[in-house]
Amino acid sequence: MHWALVVMVVFFALAPLVVYPVFLMKVMCFALFACAFNLLIGFGGLLSFGHSMFLGTAGYITAYSAKAWGLTPELAILLGTAASMMLGLLGGMLAIRRQGIYFAMITLALAQMVFFFYLQMKFTGGEDGIQAVPRGRLFGLIDLSNVYAMYGLVFAIFIGGFLLIWRTVNSPFGQVLKAIRENEARATSLGYDTDRYKLLAFVLSATLAGLAGATKALVFQLASLTDVHWTMSGEVVLMTLLGGLGTLFGPVVGAAIIISMQNYLAQLGAWVTVVQGVIFVVCVLAFRRGVVGEIAHRLKKPL
Amino acid sequence: MEIFGIPSQALFGQLLIGLINGSFYALLSLGLAVIFGLLNIINFTHGAQYMMGAFVAYLMLNKLGIGYWWALLIAPIVVGATGVLIERLMLSRLYQLDHLYGLLLTFGLALIIQGLFRNQYGSSGQPYAMPTQLLGSQNLGFMFLPNYRGWVIGASIVICLSTWFVIERTKLGSYLRAATENGQLVQAFGINVPRMVTLTYGFGVGLAALAGVMAAPIYQVSPQMGADMIIIVFAVVVIGGMGSIMGSILTGFGLGLIEGLTKVFYPEASNTVIFVIMAIVLLIKPAGLFGTQK
Amino acid sequence: MKRKLSATLAAAALACGAGAAQAQVSDGVIKIGVLNDMSSLYADIAGPGSVIAAKMAIEDFGAEKKGMKVEVISADHQNKPDVGSSIARGWYDTDKVDAIVDVPTSSVALAINEITREKKKAFLNSGAASSDLTGKACSPNTVHWTYDTWMLANGTGNAIVKTGGDTWYFITADYAFGHALERDTEAVVLKNGGKVLGKVRHPLNNQDFSSFLLQAQASKAKIVGLANAGGDTINSIKQAAEFGIVKGGQNLAGMLVFISDIHGLGLNAAQGLIFTETFYWDLNDQTRAWTKRFAAQNGNKYPTMVHAGVYSAVLHYLKAIEAAKTDDGTAVIAKMKELPTDDPLFGKGTVRADGRKIHPAYLVEVKKPSESKGPYDYYKIRTTIPADQAFRPLADGGCALVK
Repeated sequence: MHWALVVMVVFFALAPLVVYPVFLMKVMCFALFACAFNLLIGFGGLLSFGHSMFLGTAGYITAYSAKAWGLTPELAILLGTAASMMLGLLGGMLAIRRQGIYFAMITLALAQMVFFFYLQMKFTGGEDGIQAVPRGRLFGLIDLSNVYAMYGLVFAIFIGGFLLIWRTVNSPFGQVLKAIRENEARATSLGYDTDRYKLLAFVLSATLAGLAGATKALVFQLASLTDVHWTMSGEVVLMTLLGGLGTLFGPVVGAAIIISMQNYLAQLGAWVTVVQGVIFVVCVLAFRRGVVGEIAHRLKKPL
Repeated sequence: MEIFGIPSQALFGQLLIGLINGSFYALLSLGLAVIFGLLNIINFTHGAQYMMGAFVAYLMLNKLGIGYWWALLIAPIVVGATGVLIERLMLSRLYQLDHLYGLLLTFGLALIIQGLFRNQYGSSGQPYAMPTQLLGSQNLGFMFLPNYRGWVIGASIVICLSTWFVIERTKLGSYLRAATENGQLVQAFGINVPRMVTLTYGFGVGLAALAGVMAAPIYQVSPQMGADMIIIVFAVVVIGGMGSIMGSILTGFGLGLIEGLTKVFYPEASNTVIFVIMAIVLLIKPAGLFGTQK
Repeated sequence: MKRKLSATLAAAALACGAGAAQAQVSDGVIKIGVLNDMSSLYADIAGPGSVIAAKMAIEDFGAEKKGMKVEVISADHQNKPDVGSSIARGWYDTDKVDAIVDVPTSSVALAINEITREKKKAFLNSGAASSDLTGKACSPNTVHWTYDTWMLANGTGNAIVKTGGDTWYFITADYAFGHALERDTEAVVLKNGGKVLGKVRHPLNNQDFSSFLLQAQASKAKIVGLANAGGDTINSIKQAAEFGIVKGGQNLAGMLVFISDIHGLGLNAAQGLIFTETFYWDLNDQTRAWTKRFAAQNGNKYPTMVHAGVYSAVLHYLKAIEAAKTDDGTAVIAKMKELPTDDPLFGKGTVRADGRKIHPAYLVEVKKPSESKGPYDYYKIRTTIPADQAFRPLADGGCALVK
């Protein structure tokens, strides 16, 4: 599997020379978001239908602290991520008690409450969003309005987040999580406090999703309601499903495909929605392993 | 006269509006509850099917000159037929898998249907003329109640109660309920379970389309009309108890009333209140107010 | 080999000679991006019609004969600031777009305003309403055409208050435009001695106005001001009729209404509505001729003032490029402020230091069905507000460019 990691790192390191860097940064942010989501469903077996609340919360906090309080980017990102972590802790404590479809519905309810909260709050700017967010100077030194400097930061964050997930999944914690996904009753009978493990996975997933959102706010210098809308939660499900649930590289590939498709089909307007719907249907009916899942199946190696 | 500082006129007016909205919630959640309660399918396409019902009515009027009253009959049948197709061709393959795949499939279908309609009709919505028999309004003293909105409340109560009656109190309904509990056993008795399942799905979808036809004269007929409704309707079904028909009906009307009240006292929260209630109910009684845990 | 080299040199010399007379245009092409709502709330007000208007302007300017290459591309911003920003960034960075035109929906317009300022390109806004574009968010890279909230508020607000509508209740769309419109109209009402009895905010793209209309009824204000646009305004007016607002003795004031809205509502529902616009197809022979050409390409749908604004803006932009001999954003905008404007649709006007385009405004009243002779024959012109009174005084906007 290490070779796959090398391929990914090299690709994202060299691609900005040929592909529009802002587009690649968008892909990386969403890839991190999808990886965080996959941690919860692919490895923990918990479908959250409200993950947009973490993406958006971090985005708003980061955007506001950079613009109104003039925080340097690394502090703004940390603050945004911390906010998502807190939200993850609170939400997780409420949602973990239930399983399956009820868990999904609670996360959806929480996400909707968060959406309407942000819609009303003055600091988010409502429908207008927080605009003209300054990228600032990283550590007070590196000017991030230089697109390559910004790219370097996003790249570092993405690879860092990815490696963190990799380590988590392959650690004893990750193994227990997988065990809980397979058969929770048996895991409990072996003496594991399954609720604690699930909560920890939830918080970790929320934090990393927040990291993605915080970074995205600085890349686009904008935080808006789109990031907390329930359709964003649906998109991340799509990316992960397409890429391959439960694989490490799946969400990255899924995010890349979906973002590219949105970009290049943008002229066609509503066809993007139709194509996304078709992908959903095809994946569920005939392609449940997803792109990376299929490749891994053929190669008989985990990806 | 003032109640809690709000003139009673305004209060009753908002409550009545709330009841009208509640009728739509009840009709839609009824279809969803039937489908989930009896088939264990989470039908995310419900919003899109509601929209299709409205569009069929619109097309019937503008292309074929067929009016509202026929649309009430024909649109549910047409859209219900598409539901039957969906069930036969796609949903039936997913029954042995985790429920969540059904959710994802219907979610994808919703995106497709909505996208197709948006392509064809744009998002701004088409006007649909109110049936002439229901024009005008009654002066109730505290507000003018448009006749059409009064009809909506009345019709949905009748439809909801009759559906509940059929499912809970008739033999056909008992077959359906038995089939959900233990499909194989019921099949052993010689009843064609897969066909019943298909028709039930079609019926639930037809209910959504019916709600769509009723919505057409008051709301713009637009491809987006189902999208935001569906989330609220899910909340209603979850609160009412995902398998309980009466639960969904009562919760639908009840939530409409609560939303109406919130609009009077704290309008900013009117959108959120349903979800707050849903979160609370899920934490205390996850099976819902009237549901039984399976 | 030598022959080929001299042939190449000769060709190059010829090309240079031909080019010297032309403007120093970046990469030889003037690329104009029409960015607006192509599929949703404001698609009929702007949408594909704006692309047609832009192309007509390029044709009428005679770009081909003058040897200037002008291209038009378009995209749908779906009324979302993040989608609009992404498209604008991509256009400026990768697609070498020189000017972005139209952009209805004030929240998106404000975002594009910032990005254009950052990249030093040109932004010709025809569709948005927020008067902040020439106020506290004014920019040396932006010209605001057609209309704004101040003009609407003063045109309509003044007229209504002076004829006795002195108590108001606002139903406002909850975003930059709605807030700006409400704020500006409230100021006019109060200045003229009226009172605002209450306001309520509704989400953008709202379907059901029943509860807001009830609150408006309960307030007993003489005028219910609709500080929204597009489908929201249409829905409000339709449902107001359902709930007997006008029957109950109140009057509706549409703060921003376009001819496409009246077309969608029908004269039965819309008759008597009073509002302000800056263009009407039936004003004079020139506007009528232009409209005939436009409608032929737009599926027989007549132009709104936004379409007219796009035409006028692109025409003046190209004239400015020709005069300034460059398509550098800041320089061209400066030239646009220097040159007076003149086109068949708005007549003679100017672009002020704060980026505000000045032209006359018209207070119109919607005809009764019996008074209309055909489709789109909808307006009676009540008064013409001269250009120097129609827009906010230069000094009052708080624009940093105005010394």
